[in-house]
Amino acid sequence: MNHAPFIWASYSIGTVVLLWCALAPLTRKKSVIRDIRKLNQIEERNRDPNS
Amino acid sequence: MTIEQQSGSMGSAFFALLRRDLLLAFRRRTEMLFPIVFLLVVVSLFPLGIGPGPQLLARIAPGVIWIAALLATVISLDGLFRSDYEDGTLEQFVLSGHPLTLISLAKIVAHWLVAGLPLVLLSPLLAIWMNLPIESLGVMVLTLLLGTPILSLIGSIGVGLTISLKRGGQLLSLLVFPLYVPILIIATAAVMAASDGLPYTAFLGLLVAGLITSVTLAPFAAAAALKISLS
Amino acid sequence: MNTNVTTMNKEKARKNWLVMFIHKMGSPPWFYNFAGKLIPWLWAIFIGLTVWGLYLGLFKAPADYQQGESFRIMYLHVPAAWMSMMIYTSMAIMGFIALVWRIRIMEILAMCSAPVGAAFTIIALASGSLWGRPTWGTYWVWDARLTSELVLLFLYLGVIGLYNSIDEPRKAARAACLLAMVGAVNLPIIHYSVKWWNTLHQGSSISVTGGSNIDPSMLWPLLIMAVAVKFYYGANLLTRARVKLLEQDKRKGWVKNLVKEHKS
Repeated sequence: MNHAPFIWASYSIGTVVLLWCALAPLTRKKSVIRDIRKLNQIEERNRDPNS
Repeated sequence: MTIEQQSGSMGSAFFALLRRDLLLAFRRRTEMLFPIVFLLVVVSLFPLGIGPGPQLLARIAPGVIWIAALLATVISLDGLFRSDYEDGTLEQFVLSGHPLTLISLAKIVAHWLVAGLPLVLLSPLLAIWMNLPIESLGVMVLTLLLGTPILSLIGSIGVGLTISLKRGGQLLSLLVFPLYVPILIIATAAVMAASDGLPYTAFLGLLVAGLITSVTLAPFAAAAALKISLS
Repeated sequence: MNTNVTTMNKEKARKNWLVMFIHKMGSPPWFYNFAGKLIPWLWAIFIGLTVWGLYLGLFKAPADYQQGESFRIMYLHVPAAWMSMMIYTSMAIMGFIALVWRIRIMEILAMCSAPVGAAFTIIALASGSLWGRPTWGTYWVWDARLTSELVLLFLYLGVIGLYNSIDEPRKAARAACLLAMVGAVNLPIIHYSVKWWNTLHQGSSISVTGGSNIDPSMLWPLLIMAVAVKFYYGANLLTRARVKLLEQDKRKGWVKNLVKEHKS
């Protein structure tokens, strides 16, 4: 039996899972920073009502 | 007589709470029957799904009965603290100054008497249904007698953690089943050894050890879990 | 007399450095910055070690006489399995510290460890299953290691599930940390009972490496990968902890200022 496909499959799954695990927090971070920017903007607008 | 009006000793608080929980359970007798009926239904599903062949049933009997006991326990566990949590009694217990560990233990004992003991008493019937060899019937009952309290004790920790969630019951099963794995393995190993005529006392000894450990440690963890949930 | 005083002062300074470091770590903005500086280094070491280890393991190590080429999966499977257990242990220890001393950063680190541990467990299960097919003929075998890994995955999912179902973040973290600790106490019991269950029902335990003596050219890459993967954990954990800190403190001054400065 050719073992190569199994080795390829294992390492591909490993790479995909580790990549996803590494990138997920970065996507999260982008949306969190977007939220914080919005919060900041609302706060600025409230502080200078005559903007 | 409320808990507060009783004398402050721990023993009387324990028994008062135990009596109260048993009384409350008896008033809702029909609710007590649900896990029992569930147990009977689940076990009878196996022959229906697998086929009535007596030898096959006999081989899977210990596992099936024990798994059904696990499922029935998890279903009944949610009621352990929930009604007291929902009407605020649980917070009163915490404020009463009696150790929460003791309160947890009392409620777990009440839970086992109401939900676990019936499983033990019903097991001969299940053994007949699953064609369990007669030599292992005694061991089966014994493993359930020793094991179901462990299930209640460890399960109470899971209940304590999920009590504040709306659908805590679903998460509860996911949380406690991995913890139940060793009990399942040891109990079924004992029964299968007895069926084959092999020595089984070592397995029973492990169950006894497990019971003693859980009785001493689980109420503390359950109390800690309740404190977190109530915070 | 003077030399004794200077040595004592030097020791005090060294001890103070450690205490100061631990104190600083408790401050969210300090932790955020410190971790931010550390993360690129951790990634660099991880990548370096992985390239080296996989080069040795996939290309230089000779094919195993019993298992053929499939043993090369070991360089992924075994480090992943080791990490799945190490991360659970560290999660439980961090959880213990967080519960006993109520340290918020420990709560965050413990909770961020869970998904990483679960990822490694999934990799261990998948690679173990794929290793099983050419080696023992079936995709899934209820051997002690795979079965324990499966139960470990359920434990991780329980911690993650509990943490995500409680609204208040600190309460959620405390509950999940308690669960992690209870799981950690049970883990050796589960491990041994599964191992024993396996020998009970199958008679012989399956040796992962196919022999008791492992050739050094096969062992080296394994050790390198085992170390490499720890750096992945470090880098990923700190990244997740930073994001969680931002999220939880989004209304606090330090976060707002940080984001404002970033705009420039």
